[in-house]
Amino acid sequence: MKPLMIFISAAVVNNLVLAYFLGICPFLGVSKRLDTALNMGFATTFVMTLTAVITWLINTHILIRFDLPFLQYVAFIITIASLVQLVEMFIRKTSPPLYRSLGIFLPLITTNCSILGLALFEALREYTFIESLFFGLGGGAGFTLALVLMAGIREELEFADVPESLKGAPMTLLVAGMLALAFMGFAGLLTV
Amino acid sequence: MAGSGTILKEFKKGLWAENPVIKMLLGMCPALAVTNSATNGFAMGMATTFVVISSSTMVSLIRRIVPRQVRIPTYIVIIAGFVTLADLFLKAQFPVISKALGPYVPLIVVNCLIMGRAEFFASRHPLFPAIMDALGMGLGFTGVLVVLGGIREILGSGSIFGVVFMTEEVFTPWVVMILPAGAFLTLGLLIGIINYASQRREST
Repeated sequence: MKPLMIFISAAVVNNLVLAYFLGICPFLGVSKRLDTALNMGFATTFVMTLTAVITWLINTHILIRFDLPFLQYVAFIITIASLVQLVEMFIRKTSPPLYRSLGIFLPLITTNCSILGLALFEALREYTFIESLFFGLGGGAGFTLALVLMAGIREELEFADVPESLKGAPMTLLVAGMLALAFMGFAGLLTV
Repeated sequence: MAGSGTILKEFKKGLWAENPVIKMLLGMCPALAVTNSATNGFAMGMATTFVVISSSTMVSLIRRIVPRQVRIPTYIVIIAGFVTLADLFLKAQFPVISKALGPYVPLIVVNCLIMGRAEFFASRHPLFPAIMDALGMGLGFTGVLVVLGGIREILGSGSIFGVVFMTEEVFTPWVVMILPAGAFLTLGLLIGIINYASQRREST
C-alpha cells in the first residue's frame, strides 16, 4: 500500500514542479507545444525512474556501507550524467525520429534539478528499494502532468491578448502560480 | 591584458543588464524555492556566490588542460565538490539555516547559472575577469533572492529578516505568499513590472 501512496504523493499532492520547484527550467523552456512537452515528459520519466533505482543501490550499498556520505552529491550527479548519455545513445540507435524530435532537450535532462532532487529526497527519506522505484515513477508522472498542463494552457494563450510587458516568461510564471494554487487543493489528501 | 574599465564591466553586467534571474531566467529553482523569507534568500544567494566564484576560478585555471569532449563532466564534478564544501560549512556553522534550506543546498549543483558561467565565460577568459564575472553574477543573484524573499516575507508573515513589524491586529498575513503559489506569482509580477519599466524608458 505504501508504495502506491508514495506514487500518488509524488505525482499529484507534492508535485515536484508545483510544490517543490524542481525542474523549473524545462518547465518554462519546453512547454510551448503539447507534443514536445509530452515527449520531454516521457524521456524525463524514464531517466528519473532509472536514476531513482540506481542511486538507491549506490547510496545503500556503497556510500552508506563504506561510510562515504560526503561523496553523495558527486556520486549522484555522475550517475545521472552517465545515465542520460546512455539513454541518448540508446534512443539514437533504436528510434532516430524520436531522437530528432527531442534534440537538444535530451542532454539537458542532466541539469534538470528534479532528477537530482528526487535522488536527494529519496536518500533523505530513507525509502526502500520498491518505494524508491515508485517514487521515481510518481515523480516522472507528476513532471509530465505539470508540463503537459502548462503546454496546453500556453497553446491557448497564443490567442489571448496578453499585455506587452507580461509576454513570455512573466505570463508563464503567473500561470504556473495559478496551477500551484489549484494543486494546493490536493493537500491533505495523503499523509506521506 | 584588458584595462580596468572592461574588468568593471564584467562585474557590473551580472548585477543588472544580464542579471541571471530577471533577464536570463537561470537558476529559477532556488530563486523560487527558498525565498519564503529574506534571510533564506540571502543565505542561498551567498552559498551560490561562493560556489560560482570558486568553480569559475578553477575552470578558468584549467581551461587549457581540459579536452573539449569531457569539459561538461569535468565542470560538474568541480561544482559538486564546491557544493559539498558549502553544504558541510553551513551544516557546521549555521545549522538552523542549513535545516531551512534542506536539499536545496545540494541542488546548487544543478543550478544552471553556475554551469552557464563555467561554460560560456570562465572556460574562455583568464582568471581575473572570470572571478569578477562570477562575483557580479553571484551578487546579482543574491540581490534578486533577497528582494523576492523580502516581498514574500513582508506580505506573507508581516516581518522582514525575521523581525515582526506588522502584528496580526493591523495586518492579516497573506499566507499564500509563503506557499509555492506565491513564489510563482511574485516572480512573474516582478519580472513583468521590470519589463514594463524598461519598455517605457525605451519608448520615451
